[in-house]
Amino acid sequence: MAEEFEPKIVAFLCKWCSSAGSDLAGVSRMEYPSNVVPITVMCSGSISPLYIFSAFNRGADGVLVSGCHPGDCHYIKGNFYARRRIALVKKLLDYIGLEPQRFQMSWVSAAEGKKYTQIIKDFVKELKPLGPQTKLRRNL
Amino acid sequence: MKRTGVFVCHCGINIAGTVDVKRVAKELSKHSGVVHSEDYVYMCSDPGQNLIIDAIKEKKLDNVVIACCSPTLHETTFRNTSESAGLNKFQCEIANIREQCSWVHKDMDKATEKAIKITKSAVEKVRRNESLEPISIPVTRRALVIGGGIAGIQSALDLANTGFEVILVEREPSIGGHMIQLSETFPTLDCSQCILTPKMVEVSKHPNIKLMTYSEVQEISGYVGNFIVKILKKPTYVDADKCTLCDECTKVCPVVVSNEFDLGLTGRRAIYIPFPQAIPATYTLDISACPGLLPIACGKCADVCEPGAIDFDMKPKIVEEEVGAIIVASGFDLYEKELMGEYGYGKYPDVLDGLQFERLLSASGPTMGKVLRPSDRKEPKEVVFIQCVGSRDPELHCPYCSKICCMYTAKHAMLYKHHVHDGQAYIFYIDIRSGGKGYEEFVQRAVEEDGVLYLRGKVSKIFEEKGKIKVWGVDTLAGKDIEIDADMVVLAMAMRPSKEAEELAKKLKIALDKDGFLAEAHPKLRPVESVSSGMFLAGAAQAPKDIPEAVAQASGAASKAVAILSQERLSHAPTVAKVNVNLCSGCGMCVLVCPYDALSLKDGKVEVNEVLCEGCGSCSATCLRAAIQVKNLTPLQVNEMIKVSLGG
Repeated sequence: MAEEFEPKIVAFLCKWCSSAGSDLAGVSRMEYPSNVVPITVMCSGSISPLYIFSAFNRGADGVLVSGCHPGDCHYIKGNFYARRRIALVKKLLDYIGLEPQRFQMSWVSAAEGKKYTQIIKDFVKELKPLGPQTKLRRNL
Repeated sequence: MKRTGVFVCHCGINIAGTVDVKRVAKELSKHSGVVHSEDYVYMCSDPGQNLIIDAIKEKKLDNVVIACCSPTLHETTFRNTSESAGLNKFQCEIANIREQCSWVHKDMDKATEKAIKITKSAVEKVRRNESLEPISIPVTRRALVIGGGIAGIQSALDLANTGFEVILVEREPSIGGHMIQLSETFPTLDCSQCILTPKMVEVSKHPNIKLMTYSEVQEISGYVGNFIVKILKKPTYVDADKCTLCDECTKVCPVVVSNEFDLGLTGRRAIYIPFPQAIPATYTLDISACPGLLPIACGKCADVCEPGAIDFDMKPKIVEEEVGAIIVASGFDLYEKELMGEYGYGKYPDVLDGLQFERLLSASGPTMGKVLRPSDRKEPKEVVFIQCVGSRDPELHCPYCSKICCMYTAKHAMLYKHHVHDGQAYIFYIDIRSGGKGYEEFVQRAVEEDGVLYLRGKVSKIFEEKGKIKVWGVDTLAGKDIEIDADMVVLAMAMRPSKEAEELAKKLKIALDKDGFLAEAHPKLRPVESVSSGMFLAGAAQAPKDIPEAVAQASGAASKAVAILSQERLSHAPTVAKVNVNLCSGCGMCVLVCPYDALSLKDGKVEVNEVLCEGCGSCSATCLRAAIQVKNLTPLQVNEMIKVSLGG
């Protein structure tokens, strides 16, 4: 029997909310799939579209961007910039023909360990039937 | 090529139980640039740290990665360790393989694979880190305390007595908070007002405290050591300096509204003093109740005011203050009683909440300390107290325990018996939680000396019948239904964060927990700090707590604030934005997005004010030419991190 496809996910987490929230999931020993590798950045507003393309280029099957809830940004308004930017990136990826499920944005506060766990579980579940992402993958 | 050392911590079995740490160390030793890789049972222990120091010296390491717990815990430890071995602090990075890996996965193979990726990612980052020195900034040596309840009062006094200037902001017309509404306090039965009013007076007389009542924090900007606060001072329409407290104004005021100090058990006039010992001792004209400020509409109070203290032309004022540290003590409210319809609150006048009962017991209360039913002013002979109303109810209400209700209900029942000797007190409870000095003995005293009847179970229904309040409940220990014809019912309502807490948290950029209380930086070890540096938490705004705990936390928060204010200069993280002038086209897009106004255009190029820059990176994501980047988290670094995170 062929081994089940395990999607590779890169999660860009802001330091103050989503990274702290995912840490809380750890402290609370909530289990979620190991497909996701976190990269902590200072703010979701610092995530350049290039990071997202780079992740897909390098073979990510899914990319998650997660920040503080709108209005709660540690840096006042970074997540608003992120929200606009990500909306544009989503449109562009859609235009290119990438399945929309492969790129997600979420708001996870420092208290929402459980929510983070659920987001990762759902993301993996959505990505599995899609199989490997080949649209943007570079032949490395 | 730079020489990197990797140190993989077992954290006992916390990491090693799920992650094959030996394999992580071995895999990393093959990674390019890594010249040293080892694992150890507790890296944070002294021998663990010595391993790192020795390796840095012996192997001439340029930088290190510690694969261990979250950087929020030991980043400072290991950066100091590296520094003591001669490295710059920024030549040490943490790979979080515990909270982000071993604690959330079960499959050893998969978790190990992930731990390797996370550690490699940190290696790629640290290799490209610049060595940086902290930026030194001056400190404004004053503090702001938000909330004038017991916690805020204690914090303000502690700070003021240490010699620092304090601005105490309270949104109500008087300080005192909920504590001033209480009758006696458990477990000593001290008169609450008697122990609080001396502190309130001390606040009003203290040369280092600037008290701003009837005021609200409107806006906060700046950063630790240098906050700028805009405070809205609402008009009271009464000049406190002229007011002689003669009380003539209330006698002529034609308007009566519900008195919030007595929780609606009495009324007050539109012009009023919240309670006799109010600080500041003056009247406030409640504009929402007043028929109009125009003398033509009413103006009776101004007519009778001999000293001419009433000033209808008073306007809201915005005051700007500079402070170095902030303590938030915004307190609690009771859970909305309207949501507890099953207990008949609002429907039956003799169903009260705990705070209303405090007012009934209080010597300064609506009945001058006599326990009388609001409906007919008769002495209630049977009183049912219900605990956990709204608390410990994850399906419908608050999931948490409000912590103080067991104790104050025992106190209520006891005090009721002290007032009505032939009365009977019943308490419905789920569990009795009496942890605290003298608390268990206090509950025992209620049972043994005052014959309070504890019934373990919940109340299913409350309804009025023939002038009595029928209480249907169950005694789960005896296994039978209980029916009590009560004269009065007192609900121990859940404590919830004050209504303003959410908005305040947004203004301050501090986090809330899942229940809406202000979140502490670490639940065990940093209980008085918020996630934002320079902002501290005190009192029930952080979690339900009783008076001694609130006071202890308030003093803790004050001493944390002193740790900042006592310094001449603070250091500011040097991971700030940096411009490559050769690439910068001077388009100014980054200047527009910077939330801190830290960027400006000079001679067609962008300049960074390093003191103002917080290093958020909004600028770098906006720059089309990658001309502006945040030090030690550059696009190049992130790119390499992405690469290894995907196994490349």
